[in-house]
Amino acid sequence: MNILEHVGIENYLTLSALLFCIGAFGLLYRRNAIIMFMSIEIMLNAVNLLLVAFSSYHEDPSGQVFVFFTMAVAAAEVAVGLAILVSVFRNIGNIDIDNLKNLKG
Amino acid sequence: MNTTILLLLFAPLAGFLITLFFGKKLGKTVSGAIGTAAVAISFLCTLSLFSQINAGETIATFKLADWFSIGNIKINFSFLFDQLSVLWLLFVTGIGSLIHLYSISYMHEDENMHKFFSYLNLFVFFMIALVAGSNLLIMFIGWEGVGLCSYLLIGFWYKNQDYNDAAKKAFIMNRIGDLGFLIGIFILGFHFQTLEFLEIKALLGKDLITPSLLSIAALCLFIGACGKSAQLPLATWLPDAMAGPTPVSALIHAATMVTAGIFMITRMNFLFDLTPEIQNVIAIVGAITAIVAASIGLVQNDIKKVLAYSTVSQLGLMFLALGLGAYEVAVFHVITHAFFKACLFLGSGSVIHALHGEQDMRNMGGLRKVMPITFWTMMISTLAISGIFPFSGFWSKDEILMTAFHANIPLWVIGSIASIMTAFYMFRLMYLTFFNDFRGTEEQKHHLHESPALITIPLVILAALAAIGGAISLPGNSWLNHYLAPLFKKHEAHHLDGQAYMLMAIATVGALVGIGIAYAKYLKKKEIPVADSEVQGLHKVLSDKYYLDEIYMATIVKPIYMISNFAKKYVEKFISKAVIGLGGATYALSIKGKKIQNGNIGVYLFAFIFGMVGFLVYVFVIRVK
Repeated sequence: MNILEHVGIENYLTLSALLFCIGAFGLLYRRNAIIMFMSIEIMLNAVNLLLVAFSSYHEDPSGQVFVFFTMAVAAAEVAVGLAILVSVFRNIGNIDIDNLKNLKG
Repeated sequence: MNTTILLLLFAPLAGFLITLFFGKKLGKTVSGAIGTAAVAISFLCTLSLFSQINAGETIATFKLADWFSIGNIKINFSFLFDQLSVLWLLFVTGIGSLIHLYSISYMHEDENMHKFFSYLNLFVFFMIALVAGSNLLIMFIGWEGVGLCSYLLIGFWYKNQDYNDAAKKAFIMNRIGDLGFLIGIFILGFHFQTLEFLEIKALLGKDLITPSLLSIAALCLFIGACGKSAQLPLATWLPDAMAGPTPVSALIHAATMVTAGIFMITRMNFLFDLTPEIQNVIAIVGAITAIVAASIGLVQNDIKKVLAYSTVSQLGLMFLALGLGAYEVAVFHVITHAFFKACLFLGSGSVIHALHGEQDMRNMGGLRKVMPITFWTMMISTLAISGIFPFSGFWSKDEILMTAFHANIPLWVIGSIASIMTAFYMFRLMYLTFFNDFRGTEEQKHHLHESPALITIPLVILAALAAIGGAISLPGNSWLNHYLAPLFKKHEAHHLDGQAYMLMAIATVGALVGIGIAYAKYLKKKEIPVADSEVQGLHKVLSDKYYLDEIYMATIVKPIYMISNFAKKYVEKFISKAVIGLGGATYALSIKGKKIQNGNIGVYLFAFIFGMVGFLVYVFVIRVK
């Protein structure tokens, strides 16, 4: 039994687009680096959701394989990103990205 | 045979390098001797080649090295030693050696004598390349090389600005012709996929090229020949080229280089045979040049200028013969002309040498007794050039006129008139220079002397050749025609009948009339040409060379100056302003633009996302519609 038959692919697409927009706006509006990170994660997962939905719709498992890859890469990225943030926090005492202007070359 | 050929090619080049780099250290006499020896070696090698070819050995193509290939066209440094090129080399290197010998004495006062010899050697090297090259490009290398040497030697006394201008004029006039030559080469190369003479000759029958294009190619080659051999309308450089030292005038501007155009047309005779309309053009241009130059020569007062115009006129006669398809006749006249004109130039050099640089015949006279050898050798050559029996010029000029008579009566008339003029101005030269009383200053008179042996020996040899040179092609039994026969399309030889004798008689009478007028005017009445400011009427038109230089000045040089001035004043300003403006605008824009990059990550993200959205909207919404 296919879950898509109950919900319908359009709803997945709408949800995914909504999630992506939420992520994008979060990224633009917030200045806190942790929140921005979370927004990026939301955007990533919006795409993952889309991939899974289409994979199921086309009955082609390769989409799901991609999602695993994305997750793995995202995890690695978060690990690096958070480490950078920790380092930033230790140096300037907060993680407001407006304070990172000085990194400009 | 290969060693001979290598030696023949590279002896002058070696001479050039040695005298150029070590000439100062070696001293004048040694560098002169080396230069002369180098050319003499080439002459001996040519003699050996000549004896082999004359004995009926096969023609040698000698490949020195590969050069390059484009597509199917392969160009090699290769040389062709056949009847024509070996014959030509024979008199180039032979007369070259004599003139080198002469120059040892003539140039001895000059501080740059070693340079003079290195240039002369370089000239001989390029001339050999021109004559012996087996394809059009090697010929072109030689062609340009002799042009360069001509430039260097005309401007040899570079401290005089007039001489430099004459050198530049010669070079530029030649370049105009060279452009034609190059275009001709390109056309032939494009259509035949080869530039080798023998291959082109073999391919001509195969319809690879339309007849009209073939005519254009032939015309382009002829324009090149016009530039090098000083035919109208490119003739005006040769008289000015007399600014160079007299041996240069004798070697380059009388005997060898200026005949390169005739050589080229003779070499490409198979091509010109197929384009009769271009042959007509050649014959007409030659005839007009012959008579125009001869008429200018009537009133010149500079001894070398007379000879220069005479050279142009004689070259015109040779082109007339070429245009009538009588290549062997043209070659015959080239050879006899090389003998007597080289002798005349060297003789005039001897006179100038004795008078310490005086070239104006109005200040000469009476030199016969002081300079007997110079006088007699020049007299023989003058008789030869005037076409008096049995000197060489008689035979060659007579053959040209006879060919013209059979082909085209008007051309014969023009050629005959030019010959009468030739006899007149040559005897005018002789009477003014050697007869009556000396008209120069007392100091000059005191210093008058016969030239040393190094000058007189070449004169005597050349005069002897000028006297008997006609023997190589006597009518009825011509060694030359027989020797050159394999190169040309067969055509009927003129029979030695009553008509031929009549033509000879007419030519001789014509020459005698010319001599008679000169005799009456300059020997009997002892007339001296008036000063330049007093000439009037037709005489003035002639002594101003039909205003050719002025016409070129007004129609070509001035408009070019005007265009250049306009470009300098307006076009260049506009271009430089536009370039500077472009740079300024970019700079101003970058000053404003660098404010965008302010380090604020929020702004970057904003731009990034909106840019991406904008792009997607364009791709999926606007463009899809």
